[in-house]
This record gives sequence, structure tokens and C-alpha cells, in this order.
Amino acid sequence: MVKEELNFAKSDDFNLTMLPGKFAKAMRTCKIWQLFRFMVINVKMLIVVSKSH
Amino acid sequence: MAKLVIMGGGVAGHTTATFAKKWLGNGHEVVVVTPNSQWNWIPSNIWVGVGQMEKSEVTFPLAPVYEKAGIVYKQALATTIHPEGREGDDTPFIVIKSTEEGANGETEELTYDYLVNATGPKLNFDATPGLGNGQGQMGDKTVSVCTAEHAVHANEELTKVFEKAKAGERQKILVGTGHGTCTCQGAAFEYIFNIEHEAKKAGVRDMLDIKWISNEAFLGDFGMGGLHMKVGGYTVSSKIFAESLYAERDVEWIIGAHTSKVEEGKIEYELLDGTMHEEEFDFAMLIPPFSGVGFKAYAKDGADITDKLFMPNGFMIVDAKYDAGAYENWKASDWPETYQNPSFGNIFAAGIAFAPPHLISKPMTSPNGTAINPTPPRTGMPAGIIGKAVAHSVCDMIKKGDDVELHKASMAEMGAACVASAGKGVLNGTAAAMTVYPVVPDFEKYPGTGRDTKYTFGEIGLAGHWIKHILHHMFIWKAKLKPGWTLIPE
Repeated sequence: MVKEELNFAKSDDFNLTMLPGKFAKAMRTCKIWQLFRFMVINVKMLIVVSKSH
Repeated sequence: MAKLVIMGGGVAGHTTATFAKKWLGNGHEVVVVTPNSQWNWIPSNIWVGVGQMEKSEVTFPLAPVYEKAGIVYKQALATTIHPEGREGDDTPFIVIKSTEEGANGETEELTYDYLVNATGPKLNFDATPGLGNGQGQMGDKTVSVCTAEHAVHANEELTKVFEKAKAGERQKILVGTGHGTCTCQGAAFEYIFNIEHEAKKAGVRDMLDIKWISNEAFLGDFGMGGLHMKVGGYTVSSKIFAESLYAERDVEWIIGAHTSKVEEGKIEYELLDGTMHEEEFDFAMLIPPFSGVGFKAYAKDGADITDKLFMPNGFMIVDAKYDAGAYENWKASDWPETYQNPSFGNIFAAGIAFAPPHLISKPMTSPNGTAINPTPPRTGMPAGIIGKAVAHSVCDMIKKGDDVELHKASMAEMGAACVASAGKGVLNGTAAAMTVYPVVPDFEKYPGTGRDTKYTFGEIGLAGHWIKHILHHMFIWKAKLKPGWTLIPE
């Protein structure tokens, strides 16, 4: 049984979308990866801010 | 000495007032008229609404901040605008009604040289029978997180639901939009996932049926016609992103819905196919639709000239192209750049107070003729950027003359960042961090998606959550005009 896939069966709407697997979920809270993403997102947001003024 | 009067002290009004005062110095007068005594960092109301923050953490008194800045502060409600002055005196003025304790209801005429309308919206609860109390306020059947007070009340009601769930009573939670023309889906989106997170923490998730209801034609529309982002080598629609998030958290959805009536524990709604349905709930947070605050404007001779300043929905007419016609004809250039009223050059609108030329999302109507489509979002980052541009323009007009070139801040050339948290803990929360550039898609410049996909992205994780925390503290620091406040971008 793949726990991450159980929700596909809960409704027709759920069945037609995508669900994250174990790896994708783990990366969301992996502190080292998220520290890297924190820097990337901040840089992107700063570019968006600077392009907007 | 010139006098700039700003109606409203939210993100747009506060930004306009504080920058204008900084740039104008003591040689000119800046006045803020707002009925509220407190400034509210509205994005964090979500955390107040789930009991993770106190009201005092998202609000602070305005008076000391304005006193420090040298801004005249009037705690009052502006009611009428007289842009031509009166017979025998051309000085324009507004009429304000005090909301201050002790002087409640006293009226005053306030003259101005330049006027900025940054009132934000009227929360139009009464547009949906049962959503309001019939007197312009929120009713007693649902809750809201639009103000800090509403959020405190929402948390009290949510706590009761959690207690019932703990006692073994299954509970139905409904979150979303309370009318077919609502905006601010993002706030409801963030709230529903915070409820889901807190329910897991409290060990009652299995006892809750959590459902989303929205006027969006598809999940992830967000009032912007959706967006496209790059994920895993693909460029995908926000529909996939949003549906995945809901499915993962076991949150069902009803979309393309106009909530037509609210009763005790039940709503009636109409879908885009024209069918009518009902949905029961034990707890419902439904965002009301927005309208303008309902100003009246009068000419020198007392004639009603409200239609020169405002659209029928109460939002202020600015330099937008209001006759763009059908959806197929819409262009990015329809959107306003300077926010100056075409009839009166010394009047501007900032933030949600300006009338958009049309929707951003594709217009949708049910076979019964009911409009079911989100109205354009213009809160948060766009409100701040527009407020600053308007402050720039007014300061230049005061210093260099009225024929100076005005500063521009079109939402078709402006991005926005949105961080929707799920939880508040530093290490166990996650957030959907999204940026969109530009807010209004420009299909001539970016054929295909209408947006620059290098800077339009979304991802879920702790990083976005940390950013949400940082934004909370940074913007309250900025609004309090603490050292370095001008370095913090809007």
C-alpha cells in the first residue's frame, strides 16, 4: 500500500489530479533543501519587487 | 503650503501618507482620515483566526505613529466629496464624521489641495441574504477573517467546533466565498489550510469534513485567471497545483458557485450550469463581496456628481480604459497607470479603492443570468506599490507644478508575491509561496501564458513558511516607521 496515493480513491475530483509522493513531501520539510529554496525564493521575490517599482 | 488629504489608513493609504510626508517635509501638510484607531496587518489575521496569534500581534495604534511622522490624523469617516468647493469659495473639501470616542458623530469640513482615496473596500455582507445582518455588518450565521475583530470571533467559533469534534461529534467546515462576485480567494485559501493543519495538531482531523466553496471557474484561479508555473520541467496551470494541494489534504471543493442565501447551518448556492444546491455546515467562513465605501460627490451648486468620480459599484474612476468591451478585446493596456481621476486632476485612488477596467478572470454567467466570477484582487503588494506611486506623483505636482509627468504603476507591469501558510510553527508548518509577474496577464508581451514564467512560480515547503514569518514582522516594522522602514519594499 502506498499511503500517499490513498486520497486518489476518495473522490472523482481527487482522482484526476496529482499527489506528492514520499520524496516530494520529505523535501518540503528538509531543512537543508528548504534553506536553499528560501534563498532562491527570496531572490526571485526581490527581482519581482524590483521589476514592479 | 499645500495640503494632501488621504482617506483611508490601510496598506495603500498608510504607504501614501508616510512616503508623502517623508518627501514633502514640514513645508506641506499631510492629513489621514480613517475611521479606525488601529492599523492591521491583514494577512496575519489568518493566524488570529486559528488562535495562533493574538489580535495585539497584528494591530497597533495609529495615533502615535502619525504623531511621530508629523502627519495630521483624523479618526473619522469621510462621507462626501466637494471637488469644486462651494458657491463663492473654490477650495475643494470633504465632509468627515468623527468616530473618536467622546466626539462620535461630530462632522467637520476638511479642505484639501490634493485628495487620495485609499479607503479600501466596503465589506458588502448584505449582498447575500443571511451573510450580513441587514445593517451592513456581518451576520451571526458565518464568520470572517477580513478584520482582526472578525478573526478573533472566527477563532472562538472554531474552538467550539474543535471541542465538539473532540467529544466525538462529527463537524462540517465550509470555507470560501459568500457571493458570486467575491475577490480575496487567497485569504480563504490560506484559512482553510490553517484550519486543516490545526485540526491535525488537535487530533480531530478525522472528525471534520472540510469543504471549499468558491466562485472561481476552476481551482487556482485566484481572481487572476489562474497562472502558469514551472514544475519538474513542465509549465503547468495553477489548477493542477491547487487541486493537488486540496486532494492531498482531503479537502473537497465546490467551484463556480454563487452563494445565494445563508441560513442557520446551511447555505444555498447556484452553480455555473444554473442548478441550485444546498450545503450544510457547523462552521462557515465565507468572504463577503467588496464594493466601494459609498461616497457621494457634489458640485459647487449642490448637484450630485458622484458619477464623475465613481463607478456604480462605488469604486473610483481613474485613468483606465472602461470601454474595452468583450473579453476578447481586453488588453493589458486597459489597466490604469497613474490612478488620477480624469475629471479632477487633484484626486487619485490607491489600492482597492480604484475601479478596475474589467475582470482579470474570464467572465462567467449562469444560464439564469447570475454573474459567477471573481473580481480582480488588488490588495497587498499592488496596493502598497500603487500607494507609493501616487505619493510620488502628488509630491511632484506640489513641488514642480500640476503639469508634471505622473508616476506609473500599472498592474499589468507589476508582480505580486503571495505566501499562504499552513500552520504557524517555525519547523512544522508549510506554506505555498507564489509569485506572479505581471498580476494582469499581458498576452502581447508574453504569448501563451500572459506572464513571465521565470518569475511566476509556486512551491510548497518550510521556506515559504519562514518567508511568511519574516513578512509579518518586516511589514509591521515598516508600518510603525521604525529605523530603516524606507528600505523595506512594498
